[in-house]
Amino acid sequence: MMKGFWKLTWVETKVFVREPMGVVATLGMPVVVFIILGGPFGSGQSGATLLDSAPFNVPIMAALTIAVSAVLSLVAVISIYREGGILKRLRATPLSPVTILGAHVFVKLVFTVLSLALLVLVGRQLFPGAMDVPLPSFTAALLLSTLSILSLGFVIASLIPTARFAQPIGVALLYPMVAVSGLFFPLDALPPWMRVVTHGLPTTHAVSLMQGIWDGAGWGAHWANVAALILVFGVCVGISTKVFRWE
Amino acid sequence: MPSPVISVSNLRKSYGSTVAVEDVSLDVNQGEIFGLIGPNGAGKTTTMECVEGLRKADRGTISVLGLDPQRDASALRQRIGVQHQDGHLQKRIKVREALDLWSTLYARVVDTEALLGQLGLESKKNAWFMTLSGGQKQRLFIALALIHDPEVVFLDELTTGLDPQARRAIWGLVTGIRDHGTTVFLTTHLMEEAERLCDRVAIIEHGRLIEMGTPAGLVEKHCPERRVVFTSDGSGVAERFAGVSTVRSVTSDGSTHTLSGEGDDFVTEVIHVIAREGVRVRGFRTETPTLEDVFLKLTGREIRN
Repeated sequence: MMKGFWKLTWVETKVFVREPMGVVATLGMPVVVFIILGGPFGSGQSGATLLDSAPFNVPIMAALTIAVSAVLSLVAVISIYREGGILKRLRATPLSPVTILGAHVFVKLVFTVLSLALLVLVGRQLFPGAMDVPLPSFTAALLLSTLSILSLGFVIASLIPTARFAQPIGVALLYPMVAVSGLFFPLDALPPWMRVVTHGLPTTHAVSLMQGIWDGAGWGAHWANVAALILVFGVCVGISTKVFRWE
Repeated sequence: MPSPVISVSNLRKSYGSTVAVEDVSLDVNQGEIFGLIGPNGAGKTTTMECVEGLRKADRGTISVLGLDPQRDASALRQRIGVQHQDGHLQKRIKVREALDLWSTLYARVVDTEALLGQLGLESKKNAWFMTLSGGQKQRLFIALALIHDPEVVFLDELTTGLDPQARRAIWGLVTGIRDHGTTVFLTTHLMEEAERLCDRVAIIEHGRLIEMGTPAGLVEKHCPERRVVFTSDGSGVAERFAGVSTVRSVTSDGSTHTLSGEGDDFVTEVIHVIAREGVRVRGFRTETPTLEDVFLKLTGREIRN
């Protein structure tokens, strides 16, 4: 059934690209975040490492934006497809459920890589020297993070009743996770119970992993983050197979 | 005796505390158009989707082409074609792309170009799904249901919301599918559609199957009454039918006379009396009950939601 998977992936890619707003948002948003946050914060400084002066790690913020917008986009697509009966129609074909949903995940991961590539290109132009990081490793870290948060997206997509609420509810759930991911302030500042909660969220481990890889740390140093992201993925996939609604 | 390709016995399906289908049993024979008819919310779609394997029945057994729709789902999907009520595809998928995608999913497919031609969609090959008219969308769904030359096709409320022209065009296509040898299982709440298309129908209400048979057979059984309505300016017209055995009642409203009766000879006898008595008739028509009359008689006339 691999033939069906590639065909469906290709169709979904074309369908996605034909909606210009979606593409602009997916590819453009992280870059805009990068430029706006990276620019003003850095402009007052005289050193070469402009980005270092921001109160948080701008590239990681941009990378997390890539992951989160991929998830929000997936949640929206799944709920629209469900409401329109498209999922149901696809399910009545010999395509397996995993193939139908896997194609969407694959498309999102492809665009995640494209977004990152665009981000790096823009970053190298605007902030020379700031992008000299182990890119293959960082790409892998971003993909793992995105995949883990995407699995959470499937749980969210299962619980959201209608397509109209998909985006707002997705935002309402994901943005607070980003806020307490450790990107903006150290998690030590949180009350103990909140710290426990944040360690159960994929965003926290995504930030920690990506920040580490960005700064040149090895995967070994972040094995706990990797394990946590994989665990979240496993748990969310498990929950999704139980609660996912096709119509 | 034709062999059943679909066999359902004692099917039950509930959603929470709402019982959608209760104790439904039916057989669909090879090569026929079988219609499941009933008011909205009667359980037509639920029954059909259990048969397709999209829903799991709570109780009862279902066999389609000798397969269990749940256990043998993947084998069955290669041999049946489906169209869903109010279905959609990706807004921006092209007609050609949809057919192309579907044709990679099946082991054996028909010539898609020829299929598009048959369904009058050649000029829409490169059109996005969202730009198609209601009739074109339904024809595309028929194309997708037929692309692998299935043995059984399921059509759920195929013509709901279509204008009369599009509806008639679709009816022609469905008859064509049957004439090709494919068994058709459809649902509709349009009695005219059921009467025109279906070889046999089953009437379902509140989740229960209340009657099954050929449209003509059901009319004969439940609404055997025929009526003759004619206009004549002559006097004492009504009295002339007094002794005719097949005439049950005569009502007159000015020059319009309505005779009702039963049996094959009823109309002939009326004509005979008119000719014998030399009644001058300005207008004459017979009224035969339709499946709609049967349906209303069996399911009641009150408005439902």
